[in-house]
Amino acid sequence: MSVEAESASGGLNEYITHHLHHGQIDTGLVDGKLGLFNWDSWAVSLVLGLLFLFWFWSVARRATSGVPGKMQAFVEMVVEFIDTQVKDSFHGDRRSVAPLALTIFMWVVFMNTMDLLPLDLPGWVVSMVAGEEAAHHFYMRVVPTADLNTTLGLSVTVFFILIGHALAAKGGFGFGKELLTAPFHAHGGMAVVLAPVNLIMNIIEWLVKPISLAMRLFGNMYGGELVFMLIAGLLASGVTFAPGVLFNAAWGIFHILIILLQAFIFMVLTVVYIAGAREGH
Amino acid sequence: MEFIAQVQGLTAIAIGIIIGLGALGACLGIAIMGSKFLESAARQPELVPMLQGRMFLLAGLIDAAFIIGLAVALFFGVANPLLSKLA
Repeated sequence: MSVEAESASGGLNEYITHHLHHGQIDTGLVDGKLGLFNWDSWAVSLVLGLLFLFWFWSVARRATSGVPGKMQAFVEMVVEFIDTQVKDSFHGDRRSVAPLALTIFMWVVFMNTMDLLPLDLPGWVVSMVAGEEAAHHFYMRVVPTADLNTTLGLSVTVFFILIGHALAAKGGFGFGKELLTAPFHAHGGMAVVLAPVNLIMNIIEWLVKPISLAMRLFGNMYGGELVFMLIAGLLASGVTFAPGVLFNAAWGIFHILIILLQAFIFMVLTVVYIAGAREGH
Repeated sequence: MEFIAQVQGLTAIAIGIIIGLGALGACLGIAIMGSKFLESAARQPELVPMLQGRMFLLAGLIDAAFIIGLAVALFFGVANPLLSKLA
């Protein structure tokens, strides 16, 4: 693609294409592009998830009911915030939903925050350690949620959790019946006519939930990264360096809000969907 | 060579339409929601903290489709996949 771009922005095109490329391993399981595995998203999300777990576990282990230390106060603040949100939306036994909401929120916040790291940092580290040539062939994208695979993984898991909740609350038969009678209620003959319509609408509604969750988070993070890359690439010369730093700083400050907001939205929507799956129409 | 130019030109127009229409929808949505929020805040100031939380949630939801479109349009702008089909 970038080979044909012999225009003045050939360098910019190559810079952005290089930075958009995932660190990939060809598993050879499937031919072509489907067999590629984005090891950078997997490794970074694993490390961040373990970091969150270890942090909260170590604080909870040493928690005291006396005067809390600062770390414990902070963790308590986060847990209470999540609990309030879950309590507002979900009227039932919160003990299985609130930890899920806490995990989703904190993990997504950690993964999104990787977007604030400088874009050239992994490449710079590699060029320090292994030289300029190795850095040219080294691809790594440090934001796992800017990879559609990660966000789809999260939302498909949430989808299965939703189905689990719906089956647990209504039973297999009740769930099936609700799929067939949900928005349009009728009796007798009309019910048979409306059943396929209801089924189609319910299938669409159920499929839209994971897809929209994944695409919303992915779009926000990918767009954020791309704007960082564009500002860095377009304003990289000597004269435009100072405005470039200014623009990148402004976008970075705005992006801090987006990071927290998108994690919050993912969490709240998960809880609202669980509440909807349990209580039904 | 004209084919490449044509694909590039049409891609540029498409990017403009995606970003423009997306921004139009998102801005109108946020404006209407914000005006309702201000009205209800003036009517019942004691509810402002709760409403503010809900408002940020809605702002994120409204911006979602626009930002997805922005990401797609920027992707076409810098690494146009349609150009490679000509090879």
